[in-house]
Amino acid sequence: MKRIGVFVCHCGINIAATVDIEAVVKDLKDYPGVVFVQDYKYMCSDPGQNMIKEKIKSERLDGIVVAACSPTLHEKTFRMTVKTVDMNPYNCEIANIREQCSWVHKDKNEATPKAKLIIRSVVEKALLDEELEPVKVPVVRKALVLGGGIAGIQAALSIANSGHEVILVERQSSIGGRMAQLSETFPTLDCSQCILTPKMVDVAQHEKIRLMTYSELEDISGFVGNFKVKIRQKTRYIDWDKCTGCGLCIEKCPQKVPSEFDQELGKRKAVYTPFPQAVPNKPVIDHENCTYFKTGKCQLCKIVCPFDAVDFDEADKFIEEEVGAIVVATGYDVYPVLNMDEYGSGKLPDVIDGLTFERILSSSGPTGGEVRRPSDGKVPKEIVFIKCVGSRDPENHFPYCSKICCMYTTKHAMLYKHRVHDGQPYIFYMDVRSGGKGYEEFYQRAQEEDKVIFLRGKVSKVYQDDNKIVVCGIDTLSGTNVEIRADMVVLAMAIRPSKGVEELAQLLKIAIDQNGFLTEAHPKLRPVESLSAGIYLAGCAQAPKDIPDTVAQASAAASMVSNLFAQEYLLHEPIITGVDEDLCSGCGLCITVCPYDARILNREKSIVDVNEILCEACGACAAACPSGAAQQRNFTDKQLSNMVKAILS
Amino acid sequence: MQVSYYPGCTLKTNAKNFETSALAVLERLGVTARELEDWYCCGVCFSQASDNLMQQIAPIRTLVKAKESGNRQLLALCTMCFNTLKRSIEFIKADKDRLETIQEFMDREATRFYGDEVDVVDILSLIKQIGLDKLKDAIVKNGKDLKIASYYGCMLLRPKEIAIDSPDDPSIMEEIITASGCENVYFPFRTECCGSYQIVNEPDIVKTRAKKIIGSAVKNGADLMVMLCPLCYYNLDEMQLEIQKEDNTFQTIPVLYITQLLALLMELDLDIHDFSLHSVDPRPVLKRKGLL
Repeated sequence: MKRIGVFVCHCGINIAATVDIEAVVKDLKDYPGVVFVQDYKYMCSDPGQNMIKEKIKSERLDGIVVAACSPTLHEKTFRMTVKTVDMNPYNCEIANIREQCSWVHKDKNEATPKAKLIIRSVVEKALLDEELEPVKVPVVRKALVLGGGIAGIQAALSIANSGHEVILVERQSSIGGRMAQLSETFPTLDCSQCILTPKMVDVAQHEKIRLMTYSELEDISGFVGNFKVKIRQKTRYIDWDKCTGCGLCIEKCPQKVPSEFDQELGKRKAVYTPFPQAVPNKPVIDHENCTYFKTGKCQLCKIVCPFDAVDFDEADKFIEEEVGAIVVATGYDVYPVLNMDEYGSGKLPDVIDGLTFERILSSSGPTGGEVRRPSDGKVPKEIVFIKCVGSRDPENHFPYCSKICCMYTTKHAMLYKHRVHDGQPYIFYMDVRSGGKGYEEFYQRAQEEDKVIFLRGKVSKVYQDDNKIVVCGIDTLSGTNVEIRADMVVLAMAIRPSKGVEELAQLLKIAIDQNGFLTEAHPKLRPVESLSAGIYLAGCAQAPKDIPDTVAQASAAASMVSNLFAQEYLLHEPIITGVDEDLCSGCGLCITVCPYDARILNREKSIVDVNEILCEACGACAAACPSGAAQQRNFTDKQLSNMVKAILS
Repeated sequence: MQVSYYPGCTLKTNAKNFETSALAVLERLGVTARELEDWYCCGVCFSQASDNLMQQIAPIRTLVKAKESGNRQLLALCTMCFNTLKRSIEFIKADKDRLETIQEFMDREATRFYGDEVDVVDILSLIKQIGLDKLKDAIVKNGKDLKIASYYGCMLLRPKEIAIDSPDDPSIMEEIITASGCENVYFPFRTECCGSYQIVNEPDIVKTRAKKIIGSAVKNGADLMVMLCPLCYYNLDEMQLEIQKEDNTFQTIPVLYITQLLALLMELDLDIHDFSLHSVDPRPVLKRKGLL
């Protein structure tokens, strides 16, 4: 029989106050298999750990049980300790007598016998524990970044700058994302494009980055360090190897369509680049609107192209790659105004969302940066901004705060005032949330220097009356109803995860929260990791956030990728559920219950094979297996039944 | 097709023309609305008092009668009745204890009512259910020149649990008006509160609101305003003359129940309209537009 040592921790008075340690020690001394028992005030302290090490040697222990706090807290600590004296870490077990015993009882007479039983049962487990070695997994040192907005750009550059290869996949024909659409950025009012475009160019020129725009992730298999991905390169109908980006095709194209980049305020051609600073600066043909595809006639672009780059017969291409890590940076969409029945359901042309107003403010926008309203091009003399539209409204829309609206609305009002000196901006707000470096000062400046009128209250109704937009709201600070006959209204619409993120999450097997954003592994301590190893999150795909936060998160995600790539090989927990080939009949029940696709039917041998790297040891297969062939290592049926017996004895 | 019909108090008195026109229109559309043999007060606003179960008894008794009638659908023409009856169903369905307590008082009722056996329906939804094509077929007169402002009020649209359409941007009345061949006039106050029971204690509130609502419909070019709620009807029709006394620039507009308009377009018996019930006489406009 194995020689087991038991170490009982007082945890100060956390355990000792409700568990009679002396009685526990005495009880365990006589338990079969236990050859040594010792208590100590703080077992996790240095002296405590040293004592464990000494006793393992002097008492020639084969395994130990530390009766202390929850294994989530210190299992790793003690396993590292025993490893230094050459004990296999998996022969160190934790008996949780704090969270599951002393903390939940008041009566010493109840807690003490329970503590004894808990420790006894873990001793039973330790007696049958095997020595295990972590599974070693090789790492492909190449990363995939999904999304070419500022989050994806930052992550890609950062990973590439640490010397690793990156594939940056963007579904639009150019990178740049939402940030490229913005005018000036809070709180410094520097031009968004001026700070973004150099980074875009860096991406295009970086020797370690393979840029794949107009592309989407089609399929994925594998696991951390070893993903196999299939990327769909959508048909551009223009051979970018031949195309020089001269723009002749765009000039000659007769078909105009509303520009998505300009929030449909301006027009683009059917062959187009989304904006002049696009990277790559090469056009694609919009199949849906192209005259040739609609009528079979035209081909003007093909005729004028000096490089014979137009190819109407081109088809989607598929590219397969192996990558070790993935950063998901798919960004956000703006909740459409048409969902707001009380604000005109999107039927009033001069009631627009904040992103559209960004285009109006942008010097490269449809009005050249002059504030003119969409309906008649008139300069609005009174303009109303409404915040929290769709956000913070659990009953009708979304419960969360979209986070960036307070600051960008303040910025909008300020920029408006800078351009229309005799104009008056009003902001209806629920709260002003100006947490962030320089943000509160920015908000104060808007009030004091730019005379923006802030009204605390909601707007109940917005309607068109002649050529005015009437805004009916309440100022809750003065308790009066307010009616403003404005020329234009800007709604700070809720931030939504970008379209298609749900399908992508399913493909990647990562979780999304109740609002559709990607879920991080831990809200505080693991904010950039997904729950699937090797897949990291950055930017608004995870939650609404501003540019500084996005860049920070993207850099953090990149650093996590670099950490991963710095390892020679990855270690995977050896506690997995294997297959006893003699017992397995190949019924496949375990395959159907496995949530990780870790079990595969071996038709030749008529048994089930296990991919040890994919197995997360949830135990579902062990429970489902009718023959006992699926046994979880160190949680075998025998061990579990002995543990139960020890508790019931 | 047969539905049960719950009139409520107003439809037998002030809004007699609503009842007669609605029943005639439904008949033309092939629907028999059979009045419940015995019915009680719908509960009015009293049944919405938050803490008194007792006041739900009247509406629930009515719903028991509706269940006993054998028809799945119970038509409530008055929007207040529609609102309270439908909310009573939601009220007992939301809490089993409430249902049980109320059932204890149902000692004279042979039938037990659990909430799911009767669908309370308003006439707009019913017409849509019958089919707008059928409505179109039943229209005889040309209403092309007639500009209609549809006024919803609140009872059909709030709270959202029982709402028949979007509370802020509904369209069901406009759809019916379009099907009847008339022109819709959009005005921003079609879902604005009429002032409701403030007419009793604070008639000035109602006056202000009526001026706003009617003024907006007139400004947008409406010839007529149609609605369904007898209370809105009272507030918006009668108040117009009061407003005109104070402000001679105020332009009045006739107010009709939507079923009256449909009856006129279907050329049904004119006796169903008791035009003496109107404060603003609709006959001059109707004559001018060729409907009389």
